[in-house]
Amino acid sequence: MSEHNEIDRVSGRSTTGHEWDGIKELNTPLPRWWVLTFYATIIWAIGYWVVYPAWPLVSGYTTGLFQYSTRASVATDLADLEKLRGEKMAVLGNASLADIEKDPALLALARARGKTVFADNCAPCHGSGGAGAKGYPNLNDDDWLWGGSLDQIMQTIQFGARSGHAKTHEGQMLAFGRDGVLKKDEIVTVANYVRSLSGLSTMPKFDPAAGKKIFTENCTSCHGDSGKGNPELGAPNLTDQIWLYGSDEETLVETITNGRAGVMPAWVSRLDPVTVKALTVYVHSLGGGK
Amino acid sequence: MNKPVPPDKLITDEDGPLYAPRKKVFPQSVSGRFRSIKWRLMAVCLGVYYLLPFVRWHRGLGAPDQAVLIDFPNRRFYFFFIELWPQEVYYFTGLLVLAAFALFLMNALGGRIWCGYLCPQTVWTDLFYAVERLVEGDRRAQMKADAGPMTVKRAGRRVLKHAIWLTIAWWTGGAWVLYFADAPTLVRDLAAFQAPTIAYLWIAILTASTYLLAGYMREQVCVYMCPWPRIQAALTDEWALNVTYKYDRGEPRCSVKKAFDIRALGEKAGDCIDCNQCVAVCPTGIDIRDGAQLGCIQCGLCIDACDAVMTKVSRKTGLIGYDNDINVQRRIAGKEEIFKPVRARTVVYAGLITVVCAVMLYALMSRTLLDVNVLHDRNPIAVRLSDGAIRNGYTLRFLNKRGFDRVIAIDVDGPADAKLHVIGADSVTPDRPMIVLGRDTTTELRVLVTAPLDEKAEKSVPVTFRVTDIGLGEVASATDHFVLP
Ligand code: SF4
Ligand code: SF4
Repeated sequence: MSEHNEIDRVSGRSTTGHEWDGIKELNTPLPRWWVLTFYATIIWAIGYWVVYPAWPLVSGYTTGLFQYSTRASVATDLADLEKLRGEKMAVLGNASLADIEKDPALLALARARGKTVFADNCAPCHGSGGAGAKGYPNLNDDDWLWGGSLDQIMQTIQFGARSGHAKTHEGQMLAFGRDGVLKKDEIVTVANYVRSLSGLSTMPKFDPAAGKKIFTENCTSCHGDSGKGNPELGAPNLTDQIWLYGSDEETLVETITNGRAGVMPAWVSRLDPVTVKALTVYVHSLGGGK
Repeated sequence: MNKPVPPDKLITDEDGPLYAPRKKVFPQSVSGRFRSIKWRLMAVCLGVYYLLPFVRWHRGLGAPDQAVLIDFPNRRFYFFFIELWPQEVYYFTGLLVLAAFALFLMNALGGRIWCGYLCPQTVWTDLFYAVERLVEGDRRAQMKADAGPMTVKRAGRRVLKHAIWLTIAWWTGGAWVLYFADAPTLVRDLAAFQAPTIAYLWIAILTASTYLLAGYMREQVCVYMCPWPRIQAALTDEWALNVTYKYDRGEPRCSVKKAFDIRALGEKAGDCIDCNQCVAVCPTGIDIRDGAQLGCIQCGLCIDACDAVMTKVSRKTGLIGYDNDINVQRRIAGKEEIFKPVRARTVVYAGLITVVCAVMLYALMSRTLLDVNVLHDRNPIAVRLSDGAIRNGYTLRFLNKRGFDRVIAIDVDGPADAKLHVIGADSVTPDRPMIVLGRDTTTELRVLVTAPLDEKAEKSVPVTFRVTDIGLGEVASATDHFVLP
């Protein structure tokens, strides 16, 4: 720089000799603290390379003096969390389902745990609040295909329905139309009869006696004489206001023609027993539990 | 403004930095009225800061016995008889507003007195100066030592000074963490190296910042880093009392002897004897005789210094004093001095302070100790039951701010024939669920309201949950809506 001994007239300082559009750059050194900070960051960076994993190698990377690994630290954190939860979860595991519901602290714990597990595993089908959707039962209401007591809910969660598990709930709605058991007009008639069971309007010129006859011959074995359903078989109550697939004539005709066989997976192999317990209590407390 | 430098005045290149390097300030010790006020205020401020965590306040079983405690894990703030919950942080907003108005008022009355007397930066710097003088001697000794070579004796003093500084700084950091946990316990844990890491970390941070700010940066914080002098410049007015050199009386400066001669000739000589004492004692290293300036923190030490000089030369004290420019002008014009503490500005600030205080006091006095919040289920928003009735689900959150458990009953007013079901209720007398609220906690419950509504009913009706403390009769309520699917 010293060869540019040109002095700026205004400030009385030397320039660097660089010039753009007639504007010359003053040779103003950086403040010392700034420069020192800059050097310090360089030293820091070198230290960092040595101490922490930094350099990619052909197969792997330099591990650094501390052998630090984010993966390992996540694993430790998770283990710590498990340990922390472990004691509380053990209490849950030892209590019976009914006892959990009676103890406000345990209930709160189970609900909290159940809520997160529900969101992770159940929400895709049943909705985040358990409101269900067409074909996926609403868990907030008081109608249960497979029973709504604590034990029944737990059983359903564990083994599912038509899940293929040895202990799963079985039970099918037969395809009366597809299998040729009932003719088209018979299906329409019985669909109207089913609607009348829960007080819904029927088509003009509907003959209740004919409907009842078809119903008695084909449906009562599962749905019962009065159509109240049977949780043993997962046969829905046809006299209430809750319909899994819908209550309009078209939907009912479709149901009777082709049958229904929704699947609920078995969770016993994916969730540990305490988690299933918490989930059971949570679902039960959504409001539908009996 | 940069004036062009005439060619003959052009300095040849020095390649030095463009800014003036800091001149080390060696303020001289001084005694007098303002100095003693400062000592007393310092004792009070530091005393409060260091000792407050040890003040006990009995709050009953399970609650902390510390008068001032910021309990982060349990999210509580305790201040003597006040206990604040996280949802009540607006009280802190009130405090901040109050602090701002108080600063404004101070500023309208006496300029930057905050800076000179109460600002932590000033208080700790003052303390550090005192230590420095104690160990290394006063201004003259320090300057001589600074110019001379490093001797063993000097090095020893240096080490001692820094040791004392660090001790104070460390103690300052230590006192800080005591506000966040039970102080006596924490002191014991700290000594046994069993306190939480975060405590040690904060002590380290506060130690470092105190040591750096009060030991090294000192007046530079006030001049370069602090925004307050800039703000206060916009807030002050011509009536505010600032430390002022009364140049109408002081100028022209001349020695006592010369003044005597000039006055004998019947001409005017100023009272300032140009002894530079006011400059020597100034902790920010400025010359107050240059007029009001950013560097002046209004500590009043130059007043003490000049008063001492004036007394010595048998002149009236008060050549430098809390004064304003209006009065300087009035004296020059031969008019009487006037001081006006009651002005539109100060009245408005004082009024605002009173209003905020009143509002906060009212809010504190009328704050409820039993509270309930309601949150409507969003998904599903309503459920149709098998018998056609409609049910809505809610989460109720109860706040029991009292230091004991209590039993509450929950009632609901909503659509006709609405029934309440509380999941996890401890006991249910017919239609009146009751639960126990733990002391000083929030409790969350899921409640279901069922009403036999049909399609023709209104889409949404208000529903009110009433909570009654069975023992005390305290009532709280929350309102939401009951909706159809
Ligand atoms: S101390 Fe007083 S007399 Fe001395 S220089 Fe300052 S203003 Fe003048
Ligand atoms: S000029 Fe006087 S009042 Fe201002 S900072 Fe200096 S000593 Fe303090």
